[in-house]
Amino acid sequence: METVRSPGLTPNDATPEEVYLGRREFLSRSALAAAVVGSVGLGCDPQQANATKAAPLPTRALPAVPGPPEFQTDEPKTPYKDATQYNNFYEFGTDKSDPARYAGSLRPEPWSVTVEGEVAKPGRVPLEDLLGRHSLEERIYRLRCVEAWSMVIPWLGIPLGEVIRRLQPTSKAKYVAFTTLHDPEQMPGQRRSVLDWPYVEGLRIDEAMHPLSILAVGMYGKLLPNQNGAPLRLVVPWKYGFKSIKSIVKIRLQESEPPTSWNLSAPREYGFYANVNPEVDHPRWSQARERRIGDFRKRPTLPFNGYADQVAGLYAGMDLRKKF
Amino acid sequence: MALLQTARARRRALRTLALVLGFAPLVGLVVAAVTDRLGANPIEKITHVTGEWGLRYLVLCLGVTPLRRLTGWRMLSLERRTLGLFAFLYAALHLTTYVALDLGFDWASLGEDITERPYITVGFATFCILLALASTSTRAAVRRLGHRWKPLHRLVYLAGIGAVVHFLWLVKSDTREPLIYAAIVASLLLVRLRWALARRRAAAAG
Repeated sequence: METVRSPGLTPNDATPEEVYLGRREFLSRSALAAAVVGSVGLGCDPQQANATKAAPLPTRALPAVPGPPEFQTDEPKTPYKDATQYNNFYEFGTDKSDPARYAGSLRPEPWSVTVEGEVAKPGRVPLEDLLGRHSLEERIYRLRCVEAWSMVIPWLGIPLGEVIRRLQPTSKAKYVAFTTLHDPEQMPGQRRSVLDWPYVEGLRIDEAMHPLSILAVGMYGKLLPNQNGAPLRLVVPWKYGFKSIKSIVKIRLQESEPPTSWNLSAPREYGFYANVNPEVDHPRWSQARERRIGDFRKRPTLPFNGYADQVAGLYAGMDLRKKF
Repeated sequence: MALLQTARARRRALRTLALVLGFAPLVGLVVAAVTDRLGANPIEKITHVTGEWGLRYLVLCLGVTPLRRLTGWRMLSLERRTLGLFAFLYAALHLTTYVALDLGFDWASLGEDITERPYITVGFATFCILLALASTSTRAAVRRLGHRWKPLHRLVYLAGIGAVVHFLWLVKSDTREPLIYAAIVASLLLVRLRWALARRRAAAAG
């Protein structure tokens, strides 16, 4: 298997052994995780002890190398508590506190991802094989929700482009479509049809191959908590948060633009692109400003969430008011 | 209970109960704020909690007359004004939170919101109704307005509809909660419509 290296590293920066071993630990900790998850049954609602319980937060450190410096922000990170207790993950309920309360029913391990469409070898791939031997990178990104709040989160993941390249897409692969797990047993919020389940999202292939796009498996130095999209989620920092689909079970490369959940739900309000854009308001509220979680005053929202230098070129010549 | 044997004692107990219940959400909010339990987005939390309680007291207020007619407990009407004033109090806190904490007194943004965002237009109009009703709720105002007081205060029905529409138009996709309030408000208004029709029929027959 080829060794894929982080774009910001020189050939001399071989993956340090502890990082590699750390990744091994991540891959082999399923038994541990199962034991931990299984032992915490005392959650919230005694009547539905199994269906509705909080997930224990991961504790073991997940070593990673720093991502390319030009992609990192040095803004203060959002407190871990806020990043894990204030979530939009409708699969566990529509209140921001629901995911932290109810995501304990999700079983993130073992996990596999179905790879479909315009790739050399379609099939079902265990998560560890999908990640390959790429060492995890820490990427400290801004996250801007379409609801006009934002966070700064240190993700641990690998470039999505590396994963796609390894899948050997055909020349017809113009888009990447992602699907979240659909299992009301594990995701009790799916018992109500607030969205058309399963959640689906997509990127144009050049967006997906952009080095800023990552598949994350951890944050804050640890595994992803269930409420943050364990065990595998997309992070596309220049787009509104809903594009960064969580708990991915399917990746499909295809020629046509894939449907996306919020666009299906309210096409006037949410487009396929969903690039962070202070100039284009949501029909019901302004996108010009945002509240960084923890701040009192709102701050101006930056075009492409502050990543315009890196990504604006992807949309040259496009009318971003129409392609919102 | 011996204490509640006189009508006056019962009235007083009812008033105390209304006041305690009315201030309870506010006390809860203050306690949560002081003990840092408002969550990751405290301003949003305060906005939601005050808005929700404004709506709840408005709904309770609209429920007084039907409940009185159902139970025959006439004393209930005495606390209708208290409930209405609590609806106004929470609506005022809701708007103040939005203007002061959320917008930081950015009047231009407020103007834009009121004119361009339908759910805020409706919410602001609803607040204006409640303000008019609260400021004409004193005995002196009732006397001064005379026969015009009652038609003015029928605007509370419109406020009930406005508050529900405001809620319904602001949620992203989960309409369950606003629809529950919509159903309650609709039935409280429909029952009044039925009474009005019955009265008209009775008048025509008589």
